[in-house]
Parts: sequence; C-alpha cells; structure tokens
Amino acid sequence: MPLAEEAIVRSEVRWAAVAISVMSVIMLAIIYAGLVHHINPPSNIETIDPKTLHLSGEFTEANLGTRVAADGRVTSRIVATQFTFLPRCIVVPASRPVTLRFATPDVIHGVLVTGTNVNTMIVPGYVSQVHTEFTRPGDLLMPCHEYCGLGHSEMMATVRVVPPERFKPDAQGRVSCDAR
Amino acid sequence: MTHARNLTLAHLWIGFIAFAIALVLGVWQMWSRSPLPAPFLTASTYFSSVTAHGTAMAYVLTTFMIMGFGYYVAETSLARPLPAPRWAWIAFWLGVVGTVMAVITIFSGRAAVLFTFYPPLVGSVFYYLGVVLVVAASWIWCVLMIVAMGQWKRANPGRPVPLAMFATVANAVMWLWTTAGVAAELLFQVIPAALGLKAQIDVGLSRTLFSWTLHAIVYFWLIPAYIAFYTMVPQAAGGRLYSDTMGRLTFVLFLIYSLPVGIHHLLMDPEQSNAFKFLQVALTALVSVPTLLTVFTIGASLEIAGRLRGGRGLFGWIGALPWERPLMLATGLSFVMLGFGGFGGLINMSYGMNAMVHNTSWVTAHFHLIFGGTVVIMYFAIAYTIWPSLTGRAAPSLAAQRTQLWLWFVGMLVMTLPWHYLGLLGQWRRVATFNYADPIIAAWGPWVIVSLVGGVLLLVSGLYFVYNLLQFAVTREAHVPAVLYATAVHPPARVPAALNGFRLWNVLVAVLMVLAYGYPLAQFFVIDPPGALVHRVDQRR
Repeated sequence: MPLAEEAIVRSEVRWAAVAISVMSVIMLAIIYAGLVHHINPPSNIETIDPKTLHLSGEFTEANLGTRVAADGRVTSRIVATQFTFLPRCIVVPASRPVTLRFATPDVIHGVLVTGTNVNTMIVPGYVSQVHTEFTRPGDLLMPCHEYCGLGHSEMMATVRVVPPERFKPDAQGRVSCDAR
Repeated sequence: MTHARNLTLAHLWIGFIAFAIALVLGVWQMWSRSPLPAPFLTASTYFSSVTAHGTAMAYVLTTFMIMGFGYYVAETSLARPLPAPRWAWIAFWLGVVGTVMAVITIFSGRAAVLFTFYPPLVGSVFYYLGVVLVVAASWIWCVLMIVAMGQWKRANPGRPVPLAMFATVANAVMWLWTTAGVAAELLFQVIPAALGLKAQIDVGLSRTLFSWTLHAIVYFWLIPAYIAFYTMVPQAAGGRLYSDTMGRLTFVLFLIYSLPVGIHHLLMDPEQSNAFKFLQVALTALVSVPTLLTVFTIGASLEIAGRLRGGRGLFGWIGALPWERPLMLATGLSFVMLGFGGFGGLINMSYGMNAMVHNTSWVTAHFHLIFGGTVVIMYFAIAYTIWPSLTGRAAPSLAAQRTQLWLWFVGMLVMTLPWHYLGLLGQWRRVATFNYADPIIAAWGPWVIVSLVGGVLLLVSGLYFVYNLLQFAVTREAHVPAVLYATAVHPPARVPAALNGFRLWNVLVAVLMVLAYGYPLAQFFVIDPPGALVHRVDQRR
C-alpha cells in the first residue's frame, strides 16, 4: 500500500481543519448563548468579610430570605454555614426574574437547585449572585454540593416556587415560608 | 535484570496496590450513597474514605505508574542505561514514605479534607507533607527524564529523539509547570495553616492556584496512554505509525494547552471574572484538538494494519485487526470511553452550560470515564505488554487478560451512564448519604443501585488484573525481547529542532500562563479580599 508522505500530510491537515471547525462552531454557540441569552456563569467578584458579615450589612439575620424591593425586583439572600442554610426555606415567585445572593461566614459551600440551572459555588470572602427565573411552582431541593465538613451531607434547603398570584409580600416586602 | 527494570516493577506494584485498596473504598462509597444499608458508615469514615480513594487513585497510582513507565521508556527507547539510578531509588522511597504517611493520617481520621484540600478546612500537616513527598519524588523523576534525553541527544547529534521518549519528556516538562500551582497553595497557604502559623486563608487565591494544577494533572495521567497509542499500539496491531510528526505535534500541543485552561474548573466561582473564564474556555476548546488529531492518526495507523492483514472495504479493516491481543482490545475500548468522556467534557467546559451539571454526578461520571476508562485501561494494557520483558516470563493467559479488560469496560459504562443521567436530574456530589424518603431523591434510587453494580464489576476486574500479574510468577520462563516501538510509515531522518526539544515551547507556555493566569492571580493582591478563618478537621478532645 503506497502512502506518499505528502498524501499523509495533506490528510492530517484536512482533518485538523475539520477538528478546528467543529470546535469553532461550539465556541460560536457558547458566545451566542452568552451574548444573546445572557447565559453567563456567576462572576461578580464582590468581596465581603466572612468574619463580620453577620454583624452589619445585607447578610444580617433580619435581611435574610426573600424581599421585594420598591421597584418590584425580587431578591433572596441566603447564608450558607456549617451545616445549614439561613433561612432553610425560601419563597420565590414563578415566571418572574429572581436574584439569589449567597454568602458564607466559614468555609467553601456550593448550591444547586434540582431541576433548574441554578448553580454556584459559595466561597468565603465573596458574595455569589445568580439571576434566574423559576418556571414551575413546587418545592425544589437546594442542597450544599461542595464538601464543607463532616456534616455536609445533611446541609439542605428548600426553594418554594409559588404561582405569581400567591406570591404576597408583607408591608416590608418580605415573603417567608413560615407566613404561609 | 537492569536497574530500570527493577525500578519499573517496584513503582508499578506500589501503584497497583494503592489502586486495589482505592477500588474497595470506591465501591463502599457507592454502597453508602445507595438506598441499600452500608456497614461502617459514619460521616467520618465516609469522608476519610473519599480522601483516601482520591489520594490513592489521583496521586499514588498515577505518579508511580508514570514514573515506572518513564524509566522503562527511557531505558528501552534510548537503548542506554538510565542516568543516576541511585536518585531514581531515592525518589521511589520518598514517594513510598509520603504515601504511607498520607494514608496513615487519613485512616486515623485526621485528614478528611478530600484530595482537593478545600481550605479553609485544614487537616493534619502529615497528610499534606505526605502528598508533598510524592510530588517531590516525581520532580526527581522529571529531572532524570530530561537528563536522559539530553545525554542521548549529545551522543546522537541531529537525530530525532525516539517519539516515546520525546513524549515522556513532554510529560515531565508539563508536570513541572503543572505542580507549581498546587505546590504554591500547599507550601504558602495550607501547610503554614496546618502548622498553626496562619489563622486565615485567602480562599479565592487557593482555589485559583489549585485550578492551575487541576486540568494539566489529567494530561499528566493521560500521556502514558497516548504514548502507548502512538508508539506501541501500531506495533501490536501489526502496522505502522501513520505520522511521527503528528505525534510530536500532539505532545507539544498537550504541553502548551493543558496548562492555561484550569479556570474552567472555577466557572461557577464568584472570585473570577467572566472575561478570564471565557478566555480559558476558548483555550480549553483548543486542548481538544490534540486528542482529535490522535484519534485520526491512530485510526489511520490501525487502518494500515487492518489492510495489511487483509481487511477490505470501508470498514472491513476494523474486523481484520488482531483484537485477540490485549493491547489492541484495550485501545478499542479506551477509544469508546474517550468518546463518551470527551463528549461530557465538552458540555462541562461550555461556559454557561456548565451550570446545568456543575458538582453533580455528571462530572463524577465524566472524569471516571476519562481517568478510570481511557487512562487506567491503558495502564492495564501497558502493564500486560511490558510485564513479560520485566519478569522474563511469558504471559500466562491472554484470554484472562481480555476478560479482565472487557469486565472493566462493561463495569465502567454500567457505572457512569446512570451517573450522567442522575447528574442531569440534579443528583449532587460529595455526600455520604441521601434521604431516600424525599420523593425527588427516591426516584433516583434504582439508578444508583445500577451504578453500584457497575462499581462491583470494576472491583472484580481490578482484583482480576492484580491476579493476572501475580500469575506471571507461576508461568514458564521465556526469553522475551523488550517491546519494540512502532516505526512510522516515513520514519523521520531529521526533525526540526522545535520538534526535538522543548526550549521554544517552554517560552510559549510561560507567555500563555502570564496571559491566562497573570491577572487572575494578581487580582488577589490588588483587591486584597478578606481572609477566611482556618477550620481544623483534626482537633479532637
């Protein structure tokens, strides 16, 4: 079977062009999703001191949970700590943009919400922020998905997605699981 | 027997013993996560087990296998004795002492930090020192490989370095770059904290430093498999290597592109910006190119072999290949698992899409397919191929070797395909138990049990592998020639200096690393983020 060296080089170059084209198409799809659909990873580089976040500012106990601002924007603030979430249950409206903000006073944690694309690491020193819109009402699991110590397996919260008409903030704009 | 043969045997046995122990732990961990009640299960035993499993598989099996195989390649492909064998033995014993130190610390329950460390969690300093000793041993190996190639080049001016050795040195050079990240994390952050010298850790910095190591380390594990693909498999198939130049280019591309991509492991992290995440995703797309080139070049080499053996038609050459040879069979199975694992990897690296699967069982499935599948099955095949020349004895039973390889393949698919599915459903990683009373989790139960069955098959296959190696002790002695490396269709008489050494490529790596990691690391000194208090896991009353 005669195989000229030039033929081999030509076939390798042709294949390399195919491989690079395939990867280029994938990269274009990623760019499209990022620019047009705003699908970007959580990357806000917003620092917060883990040693004092419970003393003042947005992650003090009174500020935790879901709150609707005067302009109607829904934000839920959650502290992840060995080995629980504060609060352990949050209420969010379906079919409305929601911002989730997480911080930790101790070690690395992470969360995902089952059945959604909500996913972020929670790193001491930083606020993690996820923008999302929940589509279907129901109770979803929000476990800690990063090893944080021996109690890690039990660290779990609930995301209660309610239909928009049943999402009723109180006078301060708060909504909590207990109120229902 | 010469020094290098003894060295190779000693290294491979340490690696395979660690591997066998890690397999038992792995199956028990899957049992713990399943709906079936597992014995000995507490949070402490589970996470100590995960730490031991990861350390043994990712640090001990791989490092010892790569060092041992490197010594073998250096001696056989260069056809000259290894330089400074005394240093090689010093490295061996450093690695053994480090391994024993780490393992004792883990099993005493004082290092449940998992093999990826997770500061500000901090365990006993002896765990980290054990890992450092294993890495230090591998550094000595890197220097020996570079020296061996340099001596050969001086003795053979102008001649191309044999591809197997070129690739081995590419791996050594890459590993020196790779370990810089984890070494900085351990030496400047974690070990001072473990010694009680530091009360706080900059976690963003430590995660970024670890990410520097975390992707290239996989290519460190993978390159022995690729060395077998390029230099041993075409020979075993009875053909020739399609292109020697493509082989060199592939290993150079691995050296360049496996390093400036680690931030794709931090896509879901809050301490890095979208700009650098995107840049490294783009570079990650490029690191798939050498693998795609390899699949083509090895496919073409095998086609040559198949047609030489009488295969006809578009696909007839595939059936004509000598599948009864374990190395050939392992290559086929390895490629299938590389296909599944590589596909999953493309999803993982896809920037926004990563949110769907990050820290779910999907990721566990991905790297078990790549490491346990593609890589370890080739470690088996390499061991089977070189064992006769190491021991001077004929292989006891090729059928037993083939059965073992098939069992591994089937076990790996039965374990990882359900994991992919469970990951898409949202099953998260790194927990000891699931609450199967929850209706969402209850639905996962049957698939978790299926994957456990796959794990049991893998355990059986792994133990069968060790048994097959032990069987060499009872077979007849035979004069076995050293493995011959494949010749290229057009063996190069000379190659450009750039493809016969690494000076140029080291400069390029340095430039890329400054571009890709310069600011992501420097930003921690610019924004000076607040530190996290050290949380010890090894303090008992």
